[in-house]
Amino acid sequence: MAFAAFGQNAGPSTVAPTKSGRVAWILLLPGLMYLGLFFLTPLFSLIITSLQVPDASGEIGRYQYGFAIENYWLVIESYWPHIIRSFAYALAATVLALLISYPLAYFIGVKARRRPLLQGLMLTLVIAPFFISFLLRTIAWKQIFSNESWIVNSLQSSGLLASDQYLVGTPFMVIFGLTYAFIPFMTLPIYSTLERLDIRYLEAGADLYAGPATTFRKITLPLSMPGIISGTLLTFIPIAGDYVNASRDFLGSTETAMIGNVVETNYLQINDYPAASALSVLLMLAILLLVTFYVKRSGTDDLL
Amino acid sequence: MNKPLPEDPMMRDLVKMARRHQMTRRTALAGAGAAATTLALAACSPAGSTSTALTPAVDVSDSEKTLVWHNWPAYMDESEDGKTYPTLARFEEQSGIKVEYKIEIDDNNSYYGKVKDQLALGQDIGADIACPTEWLVARLVNLGYVQTFDAANIPNKANLAPAYLGNSFDPNREKSLPWQGILSGIGYNKKAYKAATGKDAPTTMSDLWAPELKGRVGVLSEMRDTIGLILLEQGIDITSDSSLTLDAFMNALDFFEGKVTDGQIAKIKGNSYLEDLKNGDTIAAVAWSGDITVINAETDSDNFGFVFPESGATISADSFVVPMGATHKKNAEALINYYYDPVNAAELAAWVNYVTPVVGAKEEAVKLDPALAENQLIFPSAETLAKTHAFRALSGSEEQKFTAAFQKILLGA
Repeated sequence: MAFAAFGQNAGPSTVAPTKSGRVAWILLLPGLMYLGLFFLTPLFSLIITSLQVPDASGEIGRYQYGFAIENYWLVIESYWPHIIRSFAYALAATVLALLISYPLAYFIGVKARRRPLLQGLMLTLVIAPFFISFLLRTIAWKQIFSNESWIVNSLQSSGLLASDQYLVGTPFMVIFGLTYAFIPFMTLPIYSTLERLDIRYLEAGADLYAGPATTFRKITLPLSMPGIISGTLLTFIPIAGDYVNASRDFLGSTETAMIGNVVETNYLQINDYPAASALSVLLMLAILLLVTFYVKRSGTDDLL
Repeated sequence: MNKPLPEDPMMRDLVKMARRHQMTRRTALAGAGAAATTLALAACSPAGSTSTALTPAVDVSDSEKTLVWHNWPAYMDESEDGKTYPTLARFEEQSGIKVEYKIEIDDNNSYYGKVKDQLALGQDIGADIACPTEWLVARLVNLGYVQTFDAANIPNKANLAPAYLGNSFDPNREKSLPWQGILSGIGYNKKAYKAATGKDAPTTMSDLWAPELKGRVGVLSEMRDTIGLILLEQGIDITSDSSLTLDAFMNALDFFEGKVTDGQIAKIKGNSYLEDLKNGDTIAAVAWSGDITVINAETDSDNFGFVFPESGATISADSFVVPMGATHKKNAEALINYYYDPVNAAELAAWVNYVTPVVGAKEEAVKLDPALAENQLIFPSAETLAKTHAFRALSGSEEQKFTAAFQKILLGA
């Protein structure tokens, strides 16, 4: 499991012998070149573009190099509701995914230990949705919750929805779609830590008169923390930048546009490349800050 | 020599350059290297800073009988098994020109985004001929990105319906020629509309704002169609500069925003609006004429109707243009000439269901299928055409303002 490596750096690392320094650098070279070419270059180009100014022609989509730092203020001023909405949706979907995934991961990793067949089957089921295209799955949800579907009809007839209210296009639907899409990214890291949980700790807890709740709070939860941290990071970061679920063509509407949709519209429709780039840079900085703060607070500094 | 050229436009240019010069390996490599450097530098230079006018690429049509064509989906007649394009195959046979027909355009703005850097530098965009929508064609013509046709090579241009002449960006159609005309009006689900409102069919745009249809109305994300229809409803002449002002536009936009925020309009889509009509999510929607015929055929029913609002429908077209960097203009002209022959135009129209811009196609269609020739959405009479209006060409700054304001509503607050 690729995620296991992500959650598994608890012990102090042994310092590599200094002699092999040059070899290490040579071995690192392909990775560094990759980063330079495919991360730093686009990042540089992105930052340059975000500072461009419109050229004299006044035609749509024509910009020249400049140093328009005010582009950043302009996009914050115009799109702050979308920025807040993106992080609110990401937070809601991450919390929901955690609430759904934790019991699931606990069952697969701890309760199903003695039945390897069941464990394998359940793990496969968690991963199975990846075999189908993400877009197709999102469109399927749109069909399932469409205006004429039985779900909407029965909600309307039972009075939970007014007769002119529908599900697709509401924030509920977008958060639902986001949660659904990212559940595997939450389940797998938590599973990988819970799978190694030593049951004898739990027995010891019971022997010392701790109730199940206390045992969970004092033993299971702290031991599964690395999994929770990596799981929440793996869901929160991509959700904040997601532009599919919230798009008008899928589960969203004009009320649910997230920052990804704003970037897409600015780039492809309005041809306002500086604004799109400035928003992308802001999104990246905001996530970087939030994640740094989160990891520091949660005491798993080794992740950084 | 006969290997297909690579997809990537920059690589394409390099390969072509190397082929053209047939030099010793060393000089060819040096040339390619130098070209790569200049191309790389050019690609980095900001688009628009090139103030010198672009010049057409050298036409090699006489020696290379090939042509690459970028077009929209479902825009070419297909054989029963869907594997070949009969009219296009006949053109290849008659002319000896091999046509690479590519469905590359799905959205005008994203297509422009994809090719604009090459266009601005006068480089090959990977197509000798493309058919974007008129408003984008206007932009390309104004920016000097497209070549002028040689009228002598297109004698059938005489068959062009006069309605397509006299626009502000290319009044004599020297640089652009319509491929198919597009009408937009109201598409609706006959049964559901009757059930919801008790009326047989919508007749005005105001019918879309009926409270019974709240949350079940769709509009196109194509600004000129949706806002164009609203402007017409408000009594604005969208063809005139003096009537369609910034104020008039913003006024219509405010009205539209109201309908979006109060939930009357629930879907704002591009091509995928058809899915919503088909699965019943929308009962009535701003729609493109040809599509309604297609979804009726697809669902093997007569469930969907298309009407012009009383205040008028909008008309536009997707038009042929040859980019500055294209090297097969003469072949492209042969292709246009072929499709401006009424016989071929009629055969094509029978399949794609859009408005044919070719005079005489109707008479040919009668021979194929008399009922088809009566279809006002494919062969509109003068009376029908009088109800259609083309959104006037916008200046660069107007386009910037209008588009940004419209898109802002689509993003919500």
